[in-house]
Amino acid sequence: MDRPGEYYFYTEGLTVGYHGVPLIKDIKISLKKGEILTLIGPNGAGKTTILKSIIRQLAPLGGVAVLDGRAMGDLSGKELSRKLSVVLTERIHPEMMTCRDVVSTGRYPYTGKFGVLSEEDWAVVDEAMDLVHIHELADRDYTKTSDGQKQRVMLARALCQQPDIIVLDEPTSFLDIRYKLEFLSILQNMSRTRNLSVIMSLHELDLAGRISDKIACVRGDKVDRFGTPEEIFTEGYIPKLYGMTVGTYDELTGDLELPAVEGEPKVFVIAGNGTSTAVFRRLQRERIPFAAGILWENDLDYPSARALAVRTVSVPAFQQISPGALEEAKGLIDSCDSVLCPLEPLETEAGTGMAAGLSELLAYARSSGKIRTELP
Amino acid sequence: MRNITGGRNARKKGRYWAAFLVLAVLVLIFMVLSICIGTVNIPVSEIPGILGKNGSDDTYTDIVMGIRFPRAAAAGILGGGLALSGYLLQTFFHNPIAGPFTLGISSGAKLVVALVMVASLGNALRLSSWVMIVAAFVGAMICMGFVILMSKVMDQMSMLIVSGVMIGYICSAITDFVVTFADDADIVNLHNWSKGSFSGMTWDNVLIMAIVVGITAICVFLMSKPISAYQMGEAYAKNMGLNVQVFWILLVLLSSVLSACVTAFAGPVSFVGIAVPHLVKNLFGTAKPILMIPACFLGGAAFCLFCDLLARTMFAPTELSISTVTAVFGAPVVIYIMIHRKKERTE
Repeated sequence: MDRPGEYYFYTEGLTVGYHGVPLIKDIKISLKKGEILTLIGPNGAGKTTILKSIIRQLAPLGGVAVLDGRAMGDLSGKELSRKLSVVLTERIHPEMMTCRDVVSTGRYPYTGKFGVLSEEDWAVVDEAMDLVHIHELADRDYTKTSDGQKQRVMLARALCQQPDIIVLDEPTSFLDIRYKLEFLSILQNMSRTRNLSVIMSLHELDLAGRISDKIACVRGDKVDRFGTPEEIFTEGYIPKLYGMTVGTYDELTGDLELPAVEGEPKVFVIAGNGTSTAVFRRLQRERIPFAAGILWENDLDYPSARALAVRTVSVPAFQQISPGALEEAKGLIDSCDSVLCPLEPLETEAGTGMAAGLSELLAYARSSGKIRTELP
Repeated sequence: MRNITGGRNARKKGRYWAAFLVLAVLVLIFMVLSICIGTVNIPVSEIPGILGKNGSDDTYTDIVMGIRFPRAAAAGILGGGLALSGYLLQTFFHNPIAGPFTLGISSGAKLVVALVMVASLGNALRLSSWVMIVAAFVGAMICMGFVILMSKVMDQMSMLIVSGVMIGYICSAITDFVVTFADDADIVNLHNWSKGSFSGMTWDNVLIMAIVVGITAICVFLMSKPISAYQMGEAYAKNMGLNVQVFWILLVLLSSVLSACVTAFAGPVSFVGIAVPHLVKNLFGTAKPILMIPACFLGGAAFCLFCDLLARTMFAPTELSISTVTAVFGAPVVIYIMIHRKKERTE
């Protein structure tokens, strides 16, 4: 167990909720300077409630949050505003403000009695806008920008507050994939080069797994798991966290699949080498139950076959196809109406050696007359 | 890059100064016109003499120093206070058509003042201006409290205004009732006052309103930084280190003092609180509180001087109530704001 002193931010038995009713109890999370902590969990689990309590918008119902060695409750509003800045889901409706004006409000804790920005303050504003690549938006009316642009303006605003820690509530929700990646990569750069600590909530599990140093999973009335992405994304945990009853989630690839079509398999897919996942998904859309094989368990098509096929014939990675597996696959072809083989070509040298079994399977399918090039 | 920023800031600054100049000149022009125009027209050239008191025409001096100048001064001070009060309420409720009149605060102040007046008529007491202000403040705070409660229940801003207008009607109805049945000769004055008017101002009145409005306006100006934080919404304001609860209380108190002071002296004056901040915002092309606060004050002063001039002279010797004139110029602005906002929503 690490000593608390090593952490820039940690909570001890923190209990949060509204109107005195605890929602999430005994939260224990921690992060060091320059680390990124992400909260994940189902809708309504209380991620926003935790974040609101951390940024002192909501009074904690118990326990303590410690920032830079001091209980957060003891910090004055001004001290806190120089250490911590936020990007919230709450929309702002500023009147007659350009994007630069909105960004410049981040300098508030540093300006004097009348809030007039100095030359240095404006330089910090410009630098923050450069960091998030919104210089061309500077003189645009904030209310006339797109959601994605607004989000970046708000990030620039938070950065020019020069915080040690930044708290973001679902910052990527309204962004398209290009801006999602850009946004998170800015955060990553800031955390690595400037030692900025980040706490945020994300809906995108795949991105959470890539960017986070620590992940906290909020479920029910507690933080169910807290640890590194490797500790969190263990097999079967994510469906449990989200209470998934339909479909599947692959912890390794982050792929989501809709529920498999049940019933006796009608189509057999000779699959492999990543050629067949699209075919599996097409069969799922057309509501045709199917079987797939023979797949090595390290094949790109293997996770989707497991998620979508009624039966999957597989062999362990880097091993010869066993006679048993070949027999099983032949049996399935016998019971199916048709066979698809996206995996080409099997007739040439590629179909020898390790893949000899597959060539044999294709030949068997041809002789049965069930081979098709199109879906039935 | 710094040069670009510098150039842009200089250009903006130029616009701000020009806008301030326009407002100041308007105040001055309407002030002079208010003093000169009337049943007896006084040439502008006489004014320096009258103000300097070096042996000008005595009738002129009486008219100017006894009637028109204090009235114009009152219109300027109260108009400025009213516009500022409206600006604060719009900030507080995040609602562009909030104002002391639309939220029923003026009417609440009017009701309590009328009750105090009627109650004291029998006692043959001369009510001091201070008592009137305190009575108006009590009325304003009661209505303000009610509107704040309503705003917690209703999250739709149009409904807030509707409830404010309803409160205003209720208070006005009770005031009319009280005024109608308080049967006394002095009630004629009360009747005029309850419709809103800048007439009958004395220098004593002007001094007191200058003190009250002046101190309050300075307090408001000192709050321009927290107001700018609050414009970003409550959550962000909190993160910037603003103590929102204290800020709310100050905002409510200051706006109530301003609208109470206006009501105590001039009765309810409509639309200034909404129209002026909006017009000023467009004139300056910004909503920065540090500019808006002095600009609203000047704008309100110019607007009320202009409207009072019309109220007094258009159908002379009959005098219109001030709200009649402010409504003619103010109501279209409100309609414009509503349409404009609707358009922005649907875009």
